[in-house]
Amino acid sequence: MDTESTYSGYSHYSGHSKKAHRQGSRDRHKSPRSKDGSRSEKSVTIQTPPAEPLLGNDTSRTEEGQDDNWGETTTAITGTSEHSISQEDIARISKDLEDSVGLDCKRYLGLTVAAVLGLLVFLTPIAFILLPQILWRDELEPCGTVCEGLFISVAFKLLILLIGTWALFFRQPKADIPRVFMFRALLLVLIFLFVFSYWLFYGVRILDSKDTNYQGIVQYAVSLVDALLFIHYLAIVLLELRQLQPMFTVKVVRSTDGESRYYSLGHLSIQRAALVVLENYYRDFTVYNPSLLMASKSRAAKHMAGLKVYNVDGPGNNAAGQSRAMIAAAARRRDSSHNELYYEEADHDRRVKKRRARLVVAVEEAFTHIKRLQAEEQQKAPGEVMDPREAAQAIFPSMARALQKYLRTTRQQHYHSMESILQHLSFCITNNMTPKAFLERYINPGPTLQYDRDRWFSKQWTLVSEEAVTSGLRDGVVFVLKCLDFSLVINVKKIPFIKLSEEFIDPKSHKFALRLQSETSV
Amino acid sequence: IKECESYTFFSSHFFQQRVEIHKLRQGENLILGFSIGGGIDQDPAQNPFSEDKTDKGIYVTRVTEGGPAEVAGLQVGDKIMQVNGWDMTMVTHDQARKRLTKRNEEVVRLLVTRHSLQKAVQQSMMS
Repeated sequence: MDTESTYSGYSHYSGHSKKAHRQGSRDRHKSPRSKDGSRSEKSVTIQTPPAEPLLGNDTSRTEEGQDDNWGETTTAITGTSEHSISQEDIARISKDLEDSVGLDCKRYLGLTVAAVLGLLVFLTPIAFILLPQILWRDELEPCGTVCEGLFISVAFKLLILLIGTWALFFRQPKADIPRVFMFRALLLVLIFLFVFSYWLFYGVRILDSKDTNYQGIVQYAVSLVDALLFIHYLAIVLLELRQLQPMFTVKVVRSTDGESRYYSLGHLSIQRAALVVLENYYRDFTVYNPSLLMASKSRAAKHMAGLKVYNVDGPGNNAAGQSRAMIAAAARRRDSSHNELYYEEADHDRRVKKRRARLVVAVEEAFTHIKRLQAEEQQKAPGEVMDPREAAQAIFPSMARALQKYLRTTRQQHYHSMESILQHLSFCITNNMTPKAFLERYINPGPTLQYDRDRWFSKQWTLVSEEAVTSGLRDGVVFVLKCLDFSLVINVKKIPFIKLSEEFIDPKSHKFALRLQSETSV
Repeated sequence: IKECESYTFFSSHFFQQRVEIHKLRQGENLILGFSIGGGIDQDPAQNPFSEDKTDKGIYVTRVTEGGPAEVAGLQVGDKIMQVNGWDMTMVTHDQARKRLTKRNEEVVRLLVTRHSLQKAVQQSMMS
């Protein structure tokens, strides 16, 4: 079957370490970065858990990335091979290596500090209560009923604090963000200062003077726990609640094909807004398909290749004049490429529709051969009983050709391997899906999440912004999320202030009259 | 053949014409040969002949060919201001019909306003 041969190139990607990933990625960087250096933009990396990017064009990717010159020697057959390497790129790659190591250290450092501080804070009230007992037990006043009641209160409040902290903070980090998380850092500092001042007071006034009023000490510990609960409340408000109310609408446009979406966000910093956008990108945008861009690239090449410019006045560097002359000549030339585009697109649509009709008929016919056996029928004929996988394999050949042709026409053939199609078919058979439900996955290109992880083009993104990434969103802010093959341009707009007024209508006020215009002859 | 008199009457605000119609006897009825529309109980916005769409006056909507009204010089689109001295600018549709079709009257004298009259007088004033 033809689809098998397409995927032979991918088997050697599975065993890569991160280093090889880095070497492989150097082939993909574009050279026109020199003009970026002149702008004063801050470029930092958002890194999701590392995986290999799919190099989707099998024809030019047989080398593993050890060959640095493939950029110059490969002919421009596919959309992503027009890259070349410059000295800048190599310098930047070594800087990237250092950055990635630095980021990991920073992340773990932050986590460690927070964990240590949390543990200290949690143990402090217990220490406040226990230390007098340990150090000067004999001189302490006996603990009465009120004091013991306070013990219960401390215990339960600490339990609530523990559960709350676990719920709020102990979550798996889903992304690496470039700069430190402002509010979290603020809260950590606040907690540290707070606990420090409590310890200071305790150390000076209670430990040194060996205060004997045990109830007072216990009440002091209770007040500490109360204050910690309030800080936890502050943390909820700052970290979770404040950005729930939508204040901004962001428009996200993919640079390669212009697909756009709108999202509503609250008060977030730019880096957190970028995270939200990326999470929604994988769910909402259709998967990036570089083979769909080939048509416009070939058209662009034809535009440029139409004219040649010769300099007959001798050696002179008249580059500006030449380009102007080319543009003028191109404008005057009677170009029928719009005609070609129109007929080509109409033709393509017709072909796709025809193939789709054939595919639907083939799949419907294939599904009629399968029948689900009831329990009693299963015992009657044990010879012909099949499990879903075998049933799928049995009916697959009759629809394989039509499906493969359809995928080729819509240029999706490298997103679906035969194994994945068989798996999907047995899944649909198990769940009693109709042929249309089975085909839904192949007829419309779905979001990136729908495909296997190794089909995803990129999970490493760079946030390019002219403002600091920890500053909040504002009306008119524009930032770009770049990955290796395309970028997402994000435009932020503030939701306008809405003036809503009320008007009361009495339900009895709905009255109507008949208005005629009669004509009478006299 | 009934004679009719009509002359242009120049007043300070309105350009009016007097039309005298002699009713024609058809069997038991006396007919005038035109149709009216409008009235204070009607919807003035649907009147195709009025310039001001809040005007609730009585307008001539049709004139039968060869009838007494046409012979007398009444035209489609005329606004009837008075009938035999009775005012017709603030009457209901039915009242207007009654005033025009009184059985004991053989001659009705109408005072009508016409757009084209205004224009004719304006043109003659300017020339």
